[in-house]
Amino acid sequence: MKFGIVVDEGPYTHQASDTAYQFTKAALEKGHEIFRVFFYHDGVNNGTRLTVPPQDERNIQERWTKLAEEHKLDLVVCIAAAQRRGILDENEAKRQGKDANNIAPGFRISGLGQLIEAGIVADRLVVFGD
Amino acid sequence: MSTLHTVNKSPFERSSFISCLNHVKAGDAVLMIEDAVVAARKGSAFAEIVEKAAKDCTLYVLGPDLAARGMGEDDLIAGIKLVDYGGFVDLAAEHDRTNAWL
Repeated sequence: MKFGIVVDEGPYTHQASDTAYQFTKAALEKGHEIFRVFFYHDGVNNGTRLTVPPQDERNIQERWTKLAEEHKLDLVVCIAAAQRRGILDENEAKRQGKDANNIAPGFRISGLGQLIEAGIVADRLVVFGD
Repeated sequence: MSTLHTVNKSPFERSSFISCLNHVKAGDAVLMIEDAVVAARKGSAFAEIVEKAAKDCTLYVLGPDLAARGMGEDDLIAGIKLVDYGGFVDLAAEHDRTNAWL
């Protein structure tokens, strides 16, 4: 079965990203397909590569990147939400005249159409937020 | 058409769990995750409402979240089923759609 996942909250403040990660991992282990994980609102903060949590703590952002590498996941960050919160890829940084970018490997920035498409294509859309 | 409802807030904090119970239809399932697991505890002020709801729909609670809050199977109101993340995935697949009560 094809699952679409929506993450509406950032890391460390709410449990949403943790629950979404555990759900995604369990679905993959059961042989399901994850069509896309869409990060919306504060959820875009899951897509920065610049976080440095203590070494004995889970690294939420890196965990998503690793899962995406292992399973070729499509991790999409909402562009409007990302711009407001300072999540930029190389193109966006250039376009907005910023001196750096911070998008994590495995993530890409795109629009809300990607969420709509996930809703249409996936058999189930599961939302995680606060 | 059946729905899997997920609730993630304690009924002591927000009204989403009670709103959810007021909207469930026969054949639906309600899964308590994150802070909502406290609603599954027997003897609480909400226990009577939850016991009544358990007769109309199937109630589940996410085991890892229950354990993280110091509770186990012995603390549950009779009729509430315990699932892990794999069970959560199964419930999402078994029902036609999911609705998160955020």
